[in-house]
Amino acid sequence: MSRRVRAELRLERLSAGTWVGAVLLGLFLIVALLGPLLMKRAPTAHDLDHLLEGPSAAHLLGTDESGSDLLTQICFGARLLLGLASAVVSICLLLGVVIGTLAGYFGGWLDEIIMRVIDVLLAFPGILLNIAIAALVPRAGMGVLIFALAVNGWVGYARVTRAQVLRVREMEYVLAARALGVGSWQVMWRHIVPNILSPILVQATFGAAGVVLVEASLSFLGLGPPIPYTWGALLSQGTTYYWRARHLLLVPGVAIGLLVLGCNLLGDGLRDYLDPKSGGK
Amino acid sequence: MARQGLRDQLVVAWFLRIVEGVFATSWRLRRYLLRRAVSSVVSVVGAVILTFLFLHLIPGDPVDNLLGDDARPQDKIELRQCLDLDQTLPVQLGRFVRSIFDGTLGYSCPDRKTTVAARVRKALPSTIQLAIAGMVVAVPLALLIGVAAALRAHTRWDALLTAIALLGISLPAMWLGPMLLNLFYIQVPVLPGPGEDTGRLRGLLLPAVMLGTHLMAMLARMTRSSMIETLSEDYIRTARAKGLPTWKVVYKHALRNALLPVITVAGMQFGALLAGAVVTEKVFARPGLGTLLLEGIAQRDYRIVQGCTLVIAGMYVAVNLIVDVVYAAVDPRIRV
Repeated sequence: MSRRVRAELRLERLSAGTWVGAVLLGLFLIVALLGPLLMKRAPTAHDLDHLLEGPSAAHLLGTDESGSDLLTQICFGARLLLGLASAVVSICLLLGVVIGTLAGYFGGWLDEIIMRVIDVLLAFPGILLNIAIAALVPRAGMGVLIFALAVNGWVGYARVTRAQVLRVREMEYVLAARALGVGSWQVMWRHIVPNILSPILVQATFGAAGVVLVEASLSFLGLGPPIPYTWGALLSQGTTYYWRARHLLLVPGVAIGLLVLGCNLLGDGLRDYLDPKSGGK
Repeated sequence: MARQGLRDQLVVAWFLRIVEGVFATSWRLRRYLLRRAVSSVVSVVGAVILTFLFLHLIPGDPVDNLLGDDARPQDKIELRQCLDLDQTLPVQLGRFVRSIFDGTLGYSCPDRKTTVAARVRKALPSTIQLAIAGMVVAVPLALLIGVAAALRAHTRWDALLTAIALLGISLPAMWLGPMLLNLFYIQVPVLPGPGEDTGRLRGLLLPAVMLGTHLMAMLARMTRSSMIETLSEDYIRTARAKGLPTWKVVYKHALRNALLPVITVAGMQFGALLAGAVVTEKVFARPGLGTLLLEGIAQRDYRIVQGCTLVIAGMYVAVNLIVDVVYAAVDPRIRV
């Protein structure tokens, strides 16, 4: 990286917490992408001679109720979670940015309708809507989970985008583009959206943390996909053994906690970094 | 003489300004509240329509979805009739709306013995109790942590308190609950376990901590940043420059202004606590709305799912409206 680029980015303004968050997320990516390749067993391989065993040389993180190796399950689960989070975040981001931009740019009745739809979706607090959707399908699965999370997941992105569009809509460069006869479509996607991406990026970081927690909740309630080694399913299994096999509760709990912590740290750091008001430390 | 007249004129002018202000603000306030009420009604109507449409929005035949493909044809017909699915969509919606207004929320299907409302009414007090307990745990602790961190901003204490708050928003609740149980029920048996003493204060403690932790952490972060911002305001500097003791500046001047937004958000999160109670109730085997919802899901009793969802959403919207009204009444700035 040339000195000029480094000066432009001013990486030293990123707080220590941001780096910790980035490292945690990096570790998660490594586990998700490379972990499954290094594992010798299948995540669902049963070993009935070694049920609910604590950490040992053969099973670094111990085994679960059917003798499957917990480390293997965590690695494969990480890959599933990475896929799930990427899918949900990208769907929600795309939907939210498109809807939010349209609402903010055109205003009027379109904005009114979109905002009312958002109000209705926000009337269902927390994971209630996700529970209701996941509960009504005949067979839960990854697709259902993505759908259930995306139904109201885009709202946050849409609100952030709309607020940003309202902010830049009347700025000189946008007015200049319009005065030059650039069409609405072009103004929105080539002039406005590229300039408001940073707060949306921050929202995506927190959004990813939300996906992880909601997946864990839904799996715990028995509404997750029927895969025994998603992180939520592992944690859910751990909660039923809190009185005898503590590693089953600790390992997935700490894994989820660290991942969410990483997202939150990175999100906090990026927000402070991108916020001109904070002006660095 | 001339001075006296001038003073009278000034007094009259001020009086008129105040009267004018009261009328103008109350008119604005009224308009604001009306707008807020209308948008709440829109939300509720939308929520009713959405909960009604759930069954139809999900691909496949609703009855097949609920009973599974290998159900007996007789059961399918019964359920279809019971859920009004043999009627046209407008008729179904009409009956659903009627069941809301006559206060039954419909009958459980297919046995038609109990109304949903009766079961909700039985489950509701326990859940509200839990949500309030979660609030009681979350808010004072959050204020304490947030204010302490703000007063010691950018020191080690601040770093420690901020880290605690960060952990609080990162740890999954369904991990925290069993961990608490492991600690206070298995290792050091001082508190009751799942399903024990659910009606008493002892049994409420751990569930309240589990439910309240996330909110506590969130509010602590808000309090900290709000307080830091307030402490850098000009009027705080003025108060300090006047020579007021620090505690007086903090408690009389800064706290009130910094806490108003925090309290508002706390109120708005009450609904999130109601939804979060689903997980908490399962961990601690407590009766309540969440347990009822999960029962409804397990028994494929759609009316129960629908009713619970709607009641929680309705309460959430109502609480938000109340919080907004109170906020508007308390904070003069919102009227301007």
